[in-house]
Parts: sequence; structure tokens; C-alpha cells
Amino acid sequence: MSTTQPVTKTILDNGLTVVTKEMHHAPVASFMIWYRVGSRHEIPGITGISHWVEHMMFKGTPNFPGSELDRMISREGGHWNAFTWLDFTAYYETMPSNRIDLALRLEADRMTNTIMEADEVESERNVILSERGMYENDPRFRLSEELTAVAFRVHPYHHEVIGDEADLHVMTRDDLYHHYRRYYVPNNAIAVVVGDFDTEAMLARVQNLFGMIPAGAATTPVHRQEPAQRGERRVALSGPGDAAYLTFAYKIPGAAHPDYFALALLNAAFAGGSSLGMFGGGGTNKSSRLYKALVDTELAAAAFGSLEPTIDPFLYTLHAVARHGRSLADVEAALEAELARLAAMPVTQTELDRALKRAKAEFVLAGESITGQAQLLGLAEAVIGDYRWFETVLERIHAVTLDDIERVRQTYLHKNNRTVGWYEPTEEEEVA
Amino acid sequence: MPNLAYPGPHNIHRHVLPNGITILAYENFASQSVVIDGVLSAGSIIEPRSQAGLANFATSLLMRGTQARGFAAIYEALEAVGAGLEFSNGRHTLEFAAQSLVEDFDLVLELMSQSLRTPTFPAEQIELVRGQIMTGLQIRANDTSRMAALAFYDMLYPQHPYGQSISGYFETIPHLTRQDFVDYHARYFGPRGMIIGVVGAVKAETAVAKIEAVLGDWQNPAQQEPPAVPSMARPVQQQRQHIAMPDKSQVDIILGLPGPLRAAPDYLDAKLMNTILGVFGMMGRIGENVREKLGLAYYAYSRLQGGIGPLPWYAGAGVAPENVDKAIQAILQEVERIQQEPVPAAELADSQAYITGSMPVGLETNAGLANVITDMAYYELGLDYLQRYPDLIRAITPQHVQAAAQKYLSTEQIAIAIAGSVDGYQ
Repeated sequence: MSTTQPVTKTILDNGLTVVTKEMHHAPVASFMIWYRVGSRHEIPGITGISHWVEHMMFKGTPNFPGSELDRMISREGGHWNAFTWLDFTAYYETMPSNRIDLALRLEADRMTNTIMEADEVESERNVILSERGMYENDPRFRLSEELTAVAFRVHPYHHEVIGDEADLHVMTRDDLYHHYRRYYVPNNAIAVVVGDFDTEAMLARVQNLFGMIPAGAATTPVHRQEPAQRGERRVALSGPGDAAYLTFAYKIPGAAHPDYFALALLNAAFAGGSSLGMFGGGGTNKSSRLYKALVDTELAAAAFGSLEPTIDPFLYTLHAVARHGRSLADVEAALEAELARLAAMPVTQTELDRALKRAKAEFVLAGESITGQAQLLGLAEAVIGDYRWFETVLERIHAVTLDDIERVRQTYLHKNNRTVGWYEPTEEEEVA
Repeated sequence: MPNLAYPGPHNIHRHVLPNGITILAYENFASQSVVIDGVLSAGSIIEPRSQAGLANFATSLLMRGTQARGFAAIYEALEAVGAGLEFSNGRHTLEFAAQSLVEDFDLVLELMSQSLRTPTFPAEQIELVRGQIMTGLQIRANDTSRMAALAFYDMLYPQHPYGQSISGYFETIPHLTRQDFVDYHARYFGPRGMIIGVVGAVKAETAVAKIEAVLGDWQNPAQQEPPAVPSMARPVQQQRQHIAMPDKSQVDIILGLPGPLRAAPDYLDAKLMNTILGVFGMMGRIGENVREKLGLAYYAYSRLQGGIGPLPWYAGAGVAPENVDKAIQAILQEVERIQQEPVPAAELADSQAYITGSMPVGLETNAGLANVITDMAYYELGLDYLQRYPDLIRAITPQHVQAAAQKYLSTEQIAIAIAGSVDGYQ
């Protein structure tokens, strides 16, 4: 019973990619639909539209009225949600496996039949502005938004997924509906099913429910690539808050580039945390060089590094929260010195071996969760176009050498390729 | 018919060590990992107001140095193998959680045992952690939802340990000393009453033997029982407090009152009532009314904590400043409705199906399994609880739900905390 079957990948005649993986350790199945649309596909005037469409997808169709959707999923014991990111928008339902058919029927239906009534668009405008307000309450969001905008002048990664407030006030129902009809087509989508089911029967059911949905026009490629950066950029913010934040953000290639996993291992060796460079994970980083240089020295309260798989070049970021009473200038100087030390004393074989062992543990632990597997397989398909990017990650990171790691450090982690962000709290506030 | 696919007396191996530690081992060979979930009665309830934050601070130091290893060596060992080990505090408990590959289980057990038994509370680490906690308090002071929660507990539980922050305050953290941590550890850490759940690709008898090898000889004759939890009356009338945070674009609201004990005979009635009110679907009737119909909030929900003391029932929402009063009114209308009108049969059935149906989804990972198994023992629910649970939920009637709403909720005897920038509130 506790066998895991190999992954299958099928492309239906209408272009829908279908990925399945049987896992029988729990009576649970997870169904996901990924659309290859996110903030990457947005232009000024409609920033935030992909995320708003995601919200509208919960408002219902003639067959699945919005007021009933939550109830239908919940009363079968399922949970569902969605997320919109730079390159994709994804929907999932995790259910007791004997109830998963509801998820397939629902997703097949709302791929084409979402109504988007005008008054629902208006009431959702408030919800989304309120969501943006919630993010703005967090200095880390404010810093990230300004820093990313400075790092990307041309590429649409410039703006946040939530969108610019100006656009959120003026976008119309027709804008949203047009975006939905243009991108929510089978040839722009990936269905992922993981869990306790029979593959053959599942594929037949997917074909049955999704096979008759007509393909849409091919989506236009994103052509506004960011020109090379030719000097350090800086952004300094101040605002409400009681902690100061520092970010170094280096431009790095997308996930399909051969350097991506060398950068993931460089991060794992230098900053600790995840070795896989996927969705977070990786645990604590207290034995890392970064932590020892910034936190053990009592300059920072926390410090970590992160990168994420994207289609186009995005950012490798190093973050620090200044310890109360310490200046960002001191934290920045210490981080700069530690990066200089990394240049003088490159990552060692011992550090690499530890990063590889952590990768193995991360991979095994990620394998426990059915929902987590569906997310990682879908991520690989949505960003790279190949689920094996995830399935074979351990083989490929083991092929990375110390020379590769030092080469990518020299190539990407230099001053002219970075944007530095400061967030300092304004002084008058003192809330107990 | 009991569902034997769930963990139960037939496949949870329960073993009590002579020194009082209860071990619950459950085998799962689906992946090459192993998870530990443990609990000890050493929560923040033991703190006087002047020492708020003591247990949490001491707990943050458990892995900062032991007799066997210093801070750096502990994390070198753990992070070299991608394992995780964490200690955290609740009001009543110290909890620990570990996960690793099976091949690293011995190492994790050794580090766990050393952290529990022989922490050294090194002076330099105390100052380092003190600085981090103070920075954390600064961040909290800038977070509307956490400031609303702080004000809510403070208002609802005057002169009661639940009124205090587990993380402490700017006024208490600077004064805690190494001796305070040493005393806390000496008094409350010991094998008696400790529960350890272990789930993963290890044979149950092997898991028990390995845990016994590192903790079986632990004795602490000085180990004390934590103080009993005082009961807590409701506020006499509606109380409001506004934490002014002028630069915030969103306001957080938390309102509620002391709720039922986990051991109350009608606890599951109250749980089902709360599921209908603020959990089911996209956060129950409250979510439906405040978020969906009125479009007032990004989130709106209610929660029932249910512990060994009178932890609260509360509802929360994040709203724009101009919508604060409307959102509070909408939440209170839903409270009144569930008190006055019996829940329609179909709506009751939906929430019952949700609670019973979602059980397997919570059990798909080793961590989820370990958490459920440890809870069954901690709250003395019986190891057959998962087998009985669906029937207990299905037996609840609309009258039970209404009675629980009338008994445990109120629209008047409540505390309402608001944090953010709101015109008209001082």
C-alpha cells in the first residue's frame, strides 16, 4: 500500500498539460491547476490584475455559485486556496481521496464559466485594497516593493503581485474578464494530481472533464527584458516601525539557467537555510557564515538569504534586521566585509557536503506532504516546463562543483549588479 | 464502525518509562524521516507579572549551550544534516518538535535530551537573546494584529496570568537574570508528566528504546507542578480599547470573552458552534457576512482555543479604518443570530461533515500525525479518540449548538480591542 508510483505527464489535444503522481500513504489527494500567468504578464494600468482575477475565481459560475463553493469543498472535508506569483497563478484542493472528483469538476468548470458580476468586482476592489493595506503595514513589504521597482526598470517584475494602488482604483470588470478569457485556456494551463488514486482512471476522468474545453489563442511572449545593470542602485525608506531592515539584492538568472543550482548551493553554504532553491524550507541557519557575521556579533537580530525559481532573471536577496540600537550602516559594513571574506575564502568542500546533505533531508521531508508534492511538481512545470526539474534536483545539485560556486559568486555577487535597500523607522513613534 | 486506518490503540505503541515519561510511538514507513512532538507542563503560567516573558526567554536559551555542546556546536551538528529541533512555549506547556532523516535520529535525540536536561544558560548567549527578544518586541509594537491581541488579553484577563504576554514586555525583559532561568529550569523541567510522540520510519520498539536510552535515567526530585489556573469571570459590560497606530493603513479588531475548558463536557458542541460561526468555508458566517457580503475586510474569522484553563473565544478581522464600527456590528450580529436561532439542519450537517472529513487531510504528514497523537495523550482524550470522534461530532444537534452559543458567547460581556489608525477613537 505504501508505494509511490512514477510521475506521468500527458498533453491533451487541447494543449492541457496533465501531471500525476500516485502516493498511497494517506487517504488524501490534491488537485492543482496552474495557469502560466502572473504579474510578469501585466503592464502599467493593469498591475495586480492576475491576483484580482484569482480572487474573482472564487465568486462562482452558473453551475457552482460562489456562495456554495466554499461549502461544497468544506463539507467534503477538503481545503482549498490559490496563490498568484510572478510567473503563475495556481489553484488547489486537497481532499479525502474518495472526494477528489469534486475538485476536478470545479476546476474544469471555472476554467471557462466564471461570471465576474460587476457588483462583485466592486466589492472585491475593497477587499483587495484592504489586502494591500495589510501588506503596507509591514515595513518589509514596503522595502521589497521599492527595492524591486528600483532593480527592474523595464521588466514587469518591477511591480508587486498585489499591483499598484493607482491601478487597483481604476481597473474595470471588463479588464478583469478579458484577462481571464485570454489566459485561462487549456493550452496555458497545467493540471497536477498527487495522492491516493489510480493513474489510469484519473487520466480518463481529466480527459473527460477538461478534454472538450477548446484551446485558446497562444499567449504573447513577454519581451521587455531587463537590460544589464551597470552600477549599484540604492533605495532608502523611512516610515512607521521600530526595527530597521537591510536588503542586498543581486540580479541572477532564471531557474532554467545552468547557474541556478550553483547559486542555490552558494546561498546554502553562505547563508544557510534551503539548499533546493524552491519554496522556502531548509530550517535554521545559525551555523552559516552570514549568521555568525551578523547575528553572533550582535549587529542583527536575524539574517538570511533567499532565491526563488523564476522564468526571467530575478533577484538573490540577503536580508538583515538590525538589532535594536544598531545602525544600518554598521550592519551593511559587516555584511560587505563578510562578502569580501567569501571572495578571499571561497566555499569549502565541507560546506558544500553539508549543503548537499541538507538538500537530501529537505527533499525527503517535502515528500511527506501530498499537497507539497503537487506544489513542487506544478512549480517545475510552470516555471521550467518540465516536472523532472524537481524530480531530479538531487542529481543536478550533486553535479555542481566548488569551481561552479566560486564562478557564480564572481559573476553575480558583485557591487555593480546589486540594489541595496534600507528601511529606517521614523523616530517620533514609541508604542509600548 | 471504527476506522482502523487512523492511529488508535491498535497501532499506537504506548510505553511509560519508570521516571514518568509517556512515549507514544507510531510507525510510518512511507518516507525515510522521523518526527518527534513532545510536551511538558512548563508554560508561561508560572510567571509573576514582573517576570513576564521568563519561560519564553529561558526556552530560547535551551539550545544556546548545554553541558555537552556550545551553541555553535549544537547548530553545526543539526544543520549539517538538515535536521530540525525547536522548543517553544505556550501558556501551559513547553513544547518540542524535531524532524530528521531516520539516519540522523540518534543525533537529534541526543541534542534534544541535552537541551532538556543540561542547558547551561551561558551569560553571553543570554545577552544576545535578550537583544533579539527586544527587537522582536519592537517589531510587535509595529504590528496591528499583535498589538490588538496584546490589548485584548490585557483587558479580558485583569489580574490573571492569561492577561500577560508570553513574549514579555519592554519593562520585564531587561530585568530577567541567569538565576531566574536556572530556577525555572530546576523547578519545572523533569520527566514527570512529559509526553513524547514519535512518528516515522522507525520500529516502535526501537523508537522507545532509543528514547529510553537518552531520557530513561533522568530524575528531578525537585520538579514542581505548575500552579492551578484561576478561573476567569466575563467582563461585566462591553469594554473597548484602542491602540493608536497612526501611520497604519489597516486596522485589526479582536473581540471575545473567556471560553470553555478543553475538558468541558460540551466542548465539542462549542467547537462545532465556532466552526459554523467563524471557520467553515471561507471563515464561517462571520467571514461570509463581513468579508463576502459587506466586502469590509480582507479576513474575518473566529477561534475557540480550549485549553486546560479558560482560554478565550474570539473573533478577529482586518479592516480599513472607516469600516471598524460596521465590521464590529456585523460580527456581533452573527453572535446574536447563532444564540437566538437554531442552526438549520443542512448548515449543521455541512460543518459536521467538514470536521469529520478533514481528519485524514490533517494526518498526511508525520508532523501532523505526531501532533494529533501527543494531543490525545496531553488532554487525556483516550487513544481511541480518532475512532470515536466522528460519532461524537455527528451526535451534536442544533439544540446543542444553540445552548453552547448561549452559554459561551455574549454581545455585551466582551472585550473589544482595536489597533491601528481610527478617526473618532481615542
